[in-house]
Amino acid sequence: MIFEIFRQEREGQPFQHGGSLEAPNLAFAETYARELYGRRDESFALWIVPRESVEEILDPYVADVFDRDYRRVDGYSLKVKLKEARELAAKNAPHFPREETSAISDLGPA
Amino acid sequence: MSEEDLIRPAGSRSEGSVPESAQRILELADDELILGWRNSEWTGIAPFLEEDVAFSSIAQTEIGHARAWYELAARQTERGGVDADALAFDRDPDEYRCAPFVETRLVPDWARTIARHWLYETADAIRIEALKASGDPEVAGLAEKIDREETYHRMHADMWADRLRDEARFRGAVDELWPSALGLLEPGQRDRLCEIVGREPVEANERGEHTEELRPLWEEMTMVRRSVPGASW
Amino acid sequence: MLTTVRLEDTEFEAYVQAGGAVETGDAMPDDYRSALIKFIEMHGNSELMGVLPEREWILRAPTLQRKLALTAKVQDEVGHSQLIYRVVEDLGKPREACLDDLVAGKTKFHNVFHYPTKTWGDVAVIAWLVDAAAIISQKALLKCSYAPYARIMKKICWEESFHILHGRDCILALMTGTDEQRELVQEAVTRWWGPLMQFHGNPIAAEDDPMYRWRIKSQANEDARQQFLDGYVPQIWELGLTVPDPKLRKRDDGVWEYSEPDWDELKHVVTGHGPKTEERLGFRRWSREETAWVRSAVLADAA
Repeated sequence: MIFEIFRQEREGQPFQHGGSLEAPNLAFAETYARELYGRRDESFALWIVPRESVEEILDPYVADVFDRDYRRVDGYSLKVKLKEARELAAKNAPHFPREETSAISDLGPA
Repeated sequence: MSEEDLIRPAGSRSEGSVPESAQRILELADDELILGWRNSEWTGIAPFLEEDVAFSSIAQTEIGHARAWYELAARQTERGGVDADALAFDRDPDEYRCAPFVETRLVPDWARTIARHWLYETADAIRIEALKASGDPEVAGLAEKIDREETYHRMHADMWADRLRDEARFRGAVDELWPSALGLLEPGQRDRLCEIVGREPVEANERGEHTEELRPLWEEMTMVRRSVPGASW
Repeated sequence: MLTTVRLEDTEFEAYVQAGGAVETGDAMPDDYRSALIKFIEMHGNSELMGVLPEREWILRAPTLQRKLALTAKVQDEVGHSQLIYRVVEDLGKPREACLDDLVAGKTKFHNVFHYPTKTWGDVAVIAWLVDAAAIISQKALLKCSYAPYARIMKKICWEESFHILHGRDCILALMTGTDEQRELVQEAVTRWWGPLMQFHGNPIAAEDDPMYRWRIKSQANEDARQQFLDGYVPQIWELGLTVPDPKLRKRDDGVWEYSEPDWDELKHVVTGHGPKTEERLGFRRWSREETAWVRSAVLADAA
């Protein structure tokens, strides 16, 4: 059986794929994983996963058949709308302090 | 092994020689050295690559434990200038105190290798347990430390013994090696070994006489060192 | 399920040349795949055969420390062959097939592992200079276009760095020892110099070599050799050792000049005619046959 080994280098770090090994069962795989990825104390923790249990998705992006830019940062262009809003505000309420409207510009990338 | 021998008072040591207490420690050290040496014969040619790496680690820890015991024996020796390497390499083969069990060359027979590995680790656990209770704090402390590493050896040995249990050649190898395995332990500790491995006691192949295989092993082990006597390497 | 797109070779070449990485499941030209298998398999073979010149000296190591270090070094090499053969296996050639071909003499391994290890001086020189030459090639592979190979090379290079230190430490102990010990080192340097100069291969123009076009390799043979000379000749000289090449010198422009290495010897040796080739392959065949029952008993589940 082929087992995939993921290693965490230091506590709190993400696990990264380290390599794979061949072993007859999980007990052997555990012993060999310790030897191959821990004998110099180079790993904080290991995950041992039978290869069949790893479901690989090589093209994880779900295709954009319809426009789905509302889920992305680049789907929001505020620059033009902001300019319009400021002009409108200045025309309709000239007494309104300019400083307070500037909060709108923090909403996202313009 | 009796605890008294390990903690014999300094006055009983004869000037200029290795004292009896240190001699007892040398039994442990020599067992680990010679077994580690034999096991390292597998490095590079074990049955498969993952196991090769694992078995090399075991050989290394055995040599490491031998070194720790030699260092302790050297500290208990009055004559200056004796260090772990001198004890490991510079004695005559007849002065080694290892049991015949560890001397035999078993490469390329993996069944006998695993049988010896499993019997040795099981017996060693009994011996280490007793040493942890030694009155000599240095001996007890070292036994404690060694035991932590031996846990992995036992895990590995049990894993293999379990896997090969139904193999006729493995069972035959255990039968063959059983009398020598008993010889590793003091008579008082042997019942416990019989109990753990589920075998009847037989006449043990005792420590004291060496097999014919020790001398050629020693010749090879010391050939570089003897080539330039007294040099540093 | 992934939809594979058949890439045209030129398109693929442009992709890897631009720094693109290739993963196991990706579409790749057949020629690229077979070049990878051949190259990586030879690397795995070399790690595994490289064990043999050193393993017998584990038993003869003159101190406990040296014995431990040498065992650890050989252990790493076996570990490297494990990692490398796994990469080959995922590319489509099973480990057992690689080992069958190796012991049958059908595939190659590096020239330096076809030579005898005569003394403890050779052991030290192998750990110091042969490993230094090898690590130069291996570091260049960190940028290999085949990402699974590049990733394991990181671990391999990290472990190799310890080997060179061990080698240098052994050398320094001998060079600060007796005349006999210094002589051991000098004899070994003299013995190994020819094979070391051949190690990185004869100079090939990068544009003629598909290994560069596919970015499997990214360092020219001659660059590797120059890097080796630049890094290690000064270290050899500073210890008072002599290199057996009267033409060896560093020019003002920084390039090392040397006598033409014996390329016929290199070819002869790597095609299976080195002084120890047959004996070592025979030894591998023997140990493999003796332990075949273990693999079938224990790895049976894997089938």
